[in-house]
Amino acid sequence: MTLALSGEEVATKLEQQFPGSIIETSKDSLLAKNESLFDLVSFLKTAPGLDFSYLSTITAVDYYDYFELVYQLVSLEHNHSLVLKTRCYERESPAVPSLVSLYRGADYQEREIYDLMGISFEGHPNLKRIVLWDGFKGHPLRKDYL
Amino acid sequence: MALKTEPFVLNIGPVHPSTHGVFRMRATLDGEVIIDLEPVFGYLHRGIEKLAEERTYTGGIPLTDRLDYLASMSNNLAYVLAVEKLAGISVPERAEYLRVILAELQRIASHLIAVGAFLNDCGAFFTPFLYMFREREKIVDLFEMLSGQRLLYNYMRIGGFTQDIPDEFLPALEKFVKQMPGFIDEYDRFLMKNEILLARAKGVGILPKELAINISASGPVLRASGVKWDIRKVDPYSIYERFEFEIPTGSAGDCYDRYRVRVEEMRQSLRIIRQAMEQIPPGAMRSEVPHLVRPPAGEAYAHIEAPKGELGFYLVSDNSIAPYRCHIRAPSLINLTALREMIIGWKIQDAIIIFGSIDITMGEVDR
Repeated sequence: MTLALSGEEVATKLEQQFPGSIIETSKDSLLAKNESLFDLVSFLKTAPGLDFSYLSTITAVDYYDYFELVYQLVSLEHNHSLVLKTRCYERESPAVPSLVSLYRGADYQEREIYDLMGISFEGHPNLKRIVLWDGFKGHPLRKDYL
Repeated sequence: MALKTEPFVLNIGPVHPSTHGVFRMRATLDGEVIIDLEPVFGYLHRGIEKLAEERTYTGGIPLTDRLDYLASMSNNLAYVLAVEKLAGISVPERAEYLRVILAELQRIASHLIAVGAFLNDCGAFFTPFLYMFREREKIVDLFEMLSGQRLLYNYMRIGGFTQDIPDEFLPALEKFVKQMPGFIDEYDRFLMKNEILLARAKGVGILPKELAINISASGPVLRASGVKWDIRKVDPYSIYERFEFEIPTGSAGDCYDRYRVRVEEMRQSLRIIRQAMEQIPPGAMRSEVPHLVRPPAGEAYAHIEAPKGELGFYLVSDNSIAPYRCHIRAPSLINLTALREMIIGWKIQDAIIIFGSIDITMGEVDR
């Protein structure tokens, strides 16, 4: 069984390195500050004992007040996983740091979120629409689209 | 005197026999060699994630059929697992066994098309493809016996199945399981050491292990690069921990390894089906599930080892009868991230083979 690490457990390891970067922890997830996401993930990727070398999936959820991004990180070495989340409260031009330089697998997934949810990824090498055409107006997966 | 040359842009697709659907590769060529490649897709985007938000949880099942339409049963399974996880619904033993049998049959059917289409791309024009369709037809007949459908089965339900299997299903399945190893041996005899296949596929389109992990590849693409990672083993869902089977892996990460891993996986799937057929108990097919499932507010991520890789559903519930958000982790889309890396430096005719060896379905890429 892939061991789902609890947010609290991982947070204790992160708190010394990155004080104030974690907003909230729960049994099955960890909510990080938007600005420190990149540093946190690059630490999680290589930290001994954690080794989250595999980014299984990224998704975004529109909660009206904020967008929540959900990252499913997996360690193939230790067979454990972590659900990492971050939020952006901006609605006009929401943005989060891009993880493409850490995980190439984030490329199309971030482009898809940009396309359908309208969240920009800062530092993405080729951020443009992926499934809809370039002249398309709006972002269909947003709750206020339809 | 050196000739003045300049790069040439060639569009392969969107409608082209080798693109396996509506998919475009925008290749920049230097002579015959591809120096840059941009995959373009979205032609089949139907907004399935958005549509799922407007339907009941049960109403989402037919939508999942239309993702990877060559593996509808696996899609059904991943989706119902996610809903069951979200709502805390258990499944009777008999239904669990049937799910495993169907998922493994579906893997064989999907791999038969993957391998057949790949050989087609290699130039073995439709002869192996036809033979593999002959075997796939038997699986489709079995599925038709159960669901009345031949492509989009819409068969699994939250909490199990609507009714028990017909009496003639298990004998027909047994006949298939007896015959199939002979057919796989037949493919091996003609193809595994075939000189043309070796020349075209061996050492072509290499995906190194480190890159395969970094690029979030999954399924046979990841395993052919030498990573022993199969969700049935590392994170068993349903009742997979009860069965004995091996995880075939490759070492080179080339097109040939991806082909070989798929053929070996068919053998392992038959092994699982055989064990499941012996152990399947009598009993109920469905647990008590309300007509309209209304899971408590929360979220759940369930993933399975689908024929093409890790298929996951991330569902968010707001305690209503429809999911608040339904995200699909599509293996075809994410495996496609590796395409550019694998193709650069190869010639156009190799690009067709490399693309075929990833095995994607556009329904799942575009959703």
